[in-house]
Amino acid sequence: MNRITARRRHPLARYAVLLLALVLIGGFYTLVTAKSNERADAAIASGKADDVAEGKKLFELSCSSCHGLNAEGTKQGPTLVGVGAAAVDFQVSSGRMPMANPGPQAPRKQPAPWVNETTIRQLAAYVQSLGGGPAVPGNEQVDAALGDKAKGGELFRANCIQCHNFVGAGGALTQGKHAPPLHEATERQIYEAMITGPQAMPVFNDSIITPQQKRDMIAYIVGVRDEPNPGGAGLGRVGPVTEGLVAWIVGISLLILAAIWITAKKRQAQ
Amino acid sequence: MSVGPVPKPIAGVSNFIDERIGAGNFLKRNLRKIFPDHWSFLLGEVALYSFVILLLTGTFLTFFFRPSMGDVVYNGSYQPLQGITMSEAYASSLHISFDVRGGLLMRQMHHWAALLFIAGLMVHALRVFFTGAYRKPRELNWLIGVVLFTLALFEGLTGYSLPDDLLSGAGLRITQGVILSLPVVGTWLSFFLFGGEYPGADVISRFYSIHILLIPGLLLALITAHLILMWVQKHTQMPGKGRTNENVVGGPFYPSFMAKSGAYFMFTFGVIALLGTAAQINPIWLFGPYTPSDISAGSQPDFYMGFLEGSLRLMPAWEINLFGTAGGTLPLNVLIPALVPLGIILTGMALYPFVERWVTGDNREHHVVDRPRNNPHRTSIGMTAITFYGLLWLMGANDEIAAFFQVSLNVTTYVGRVLIIVGPILAYVITYRICLGLQRIDAATIDHGVETGVIKRLPDGEYIEVHAPPDPGIEARVRDKKPVPIIAGADGDTPDGDGIPSEKMRHPLGRLRAKMSRAYGGEKIALTDGHGEDQEKHAAVGPGEDDTSSPAR
Repeated sequence: MNRITARRRHPLARYAVLLLALVLIGGFYTLVTAKSNERADAAIASGKADDVAEGKKLFELSCSSCHGLNAEGTKQGPTLVGVGAAAVDFQVSSGRMPMANPGPQAPRKQPAPWVNETTIRQLAAYVQSLGGGPAVPGNEQVDAALGDKAKGGELFRANCIQCHNFVGAGGALTQGKHAPPLHEATERQIYEAMITGPQAMPVFNDSIITPQQKRDMIAYIVGVRDEPNPGGAGLGRVGPVTEGLVAWIVGISLLILAAIWITAKKRQAQ
Repeated sequence: MSVGPVPKPIAGVSNFIDERIGAGNFLKRNLRKIFPDHWSFLLGEVALYSFVILLLTGTFLTFFFRPSMGDVVYNGSYQPLQGITMSEAYASSLHISFDVRGGLLMRQMHHWAALLFIAGLMVHALRVFFTGAYRKPRELNWLIGVVLFTLALFEGLTGYSLPDDLLSGAGLRITQGVILSLPVVGTWLSFFLFGGEYPGADVISRFYSIHILLIPGLLLALITAHLILMWVQKHTQMPGKGRTNENVVGGPFYPSFMAKSGAYFMFTFGVIALLGTAAQINPIWLFGPYTPSDISAGSQPDFYMGFLEGSLRLMPAWEINLFGTAGGTLPLNVLIPALVPLGIILTGMALYPFVERWVTGDNREHHVVDRPRNNPHRTSIGMTAITFYGLLWLMGANDEIAAFFQVSLNVTTYVGRVLIIVGPILAYVITYRICLGLQRIDAATIDHGVETGVIKRLPDGEYIEVHAPPDPGIEARVRDKKPVPIIAGADGDTPDGDGIPSEKMRHPLGRLRAKMSRAYGGEKIALTDGHGEDQEKHAAVGPGEDDTSSPAR
């Protein structure tokens, strides 16, 4: 007792208490999360899960801290009423949501460990039940094989490249926002991005760009990004910036080395 | 060395030619002309040989290119553009890329050669500037070089526009914007160049004539003049042992320099062919045909125009509306970035030799060049210009920087606006200090010799490091340093010794000149004449000579 009293006023005591509190809260949180995950998995396994109800549980655990307990939105996150299943599928399947850090824009990343087809479907069902919105497109709607690349290319150049660069290498927008590269986006994600307008992107609804045209654009994006570079290394396909770097770093450096080599032997005055 | 009688077929033919042209005498005089050796003297040849390759590949491209803005429907072999309406120029560029044998290689080599041509011009001009090789009698050749550089920029701009793809259209649109921004004549000039409202139907064919006929003709003529002048005036040489303003130390043109130069052509060709084969440049099929309504993120010009792009991006949106908008708009946000940096750099380059001569009053001929450290103000001015140009160039890619390094685009612009003022000033100060530091090292080399790494213990127990005298070649190079001249009377000497400055020095311009001359010229760090007084700590002995007179104390 005496010993504790003596140490109570130690300069580091307050930090020790704070650390203890954090460890306790963190440990408690981990325990609770693990338990509820087990419950959800058990329900799915037994086939009793109702998608909307399970989705609500997932939502409360992983989304509600920013979007509000009833998806009504908070200062940290917008309301999800009316965004539709397509928005959920896009954001969660591309790893953007749940967000890891607050920032100007959520980057694409490895999805959270609990994310799989089933959990996305459940979350999407719950959000869809709140106020409708664009539904997840069917496989045929996003099939690149059914699109016309040439027409898609024209639409892509007219609508997308201002931000996404001429073959979807991505680009910077204002204040730290960016148009992401389209190298990893799946056909479905491209379609969903167009109908939901995630983050800084505008919505291209079906009256602006018809579903057939969307499929054409997907065909172009997917086709061109898989196309080999006939001229050699693609240099990131971002245009003259990397070309200029190569001209100086490779071209001029090699030629200077050659010049030094050629003139290595010098004549001396007698 | 005698090779015996010349075989009759050769002797007959060469006699026939010599009796009619009389070239034998000329060749005898000139083939043995001496060229000095230094790697940096070959940098201009990068530009020269790239130009040769540009002419050859360019000629190949003209066989297949159609400089027309007429509409056609593409049905060549690049599938993602099939059925798209485009200009004939773009369709024929696609045809060259995909359906002409070797066409893509030629296009890519042409483009890489263009980049290396201008990069070669730049490094060559920098070499000439920093070594002071532009000084009398070579000022005119320097001016020809500045004109060549300017023409090369326009040659690049017109060539970049010819394929009529989306990216080249973006460059063309900015060009038109700059023309429009000119006060009074802008609108008229734009309609004149484009044959009506932008983009019109004429600009490609006009740029084609300029690109393949007018500018290459001028370039060829000026390059020839540049080389003839260099030949007649003789090439400058680096300072070194036995090199003076009256001699040239090096190898004869034939066979030594010819072999080196020929080999260097092969190297240049090789590097351009390598880049043309292994690195894709200007993939016009990915950009798509030009439509004035479309624009891509990351639209950049080729590197040599990047500084103009950067100045445009840094410029705040200033404009002046005269009498409301009734009197016309003066778009300073385009006019200033398009004309001011270009004007500063090109005019500055052209005037520098004459300004330096005015400031130093140096009217002597110079055939041995300066080491950059020995004229610290010139070197600092050069580094200031490089920093100014380089920062503008960097800012031309600020969107790529923002996207790649994930920083805010706005921040890159704000930082750039500050750096463009602060950076050049810092560059000046830092370069100046570095030059003086290098001069001190030179002075120490002469004064104390070179450190040998041999530690020696003196009889009284003191340890010293043995210094050896520098290599004669190095010593000759260091000792070549001469003070930068100052105009007579600027340093306070007066013609009559009565303390009254001469009449020329009394008006404001004269005073300014005297002040600049004092700052620019003079000896900043003098070389002491070695083996001098403060030898006590550093025994200067020859290598291996262990027991020579080490200073006893």
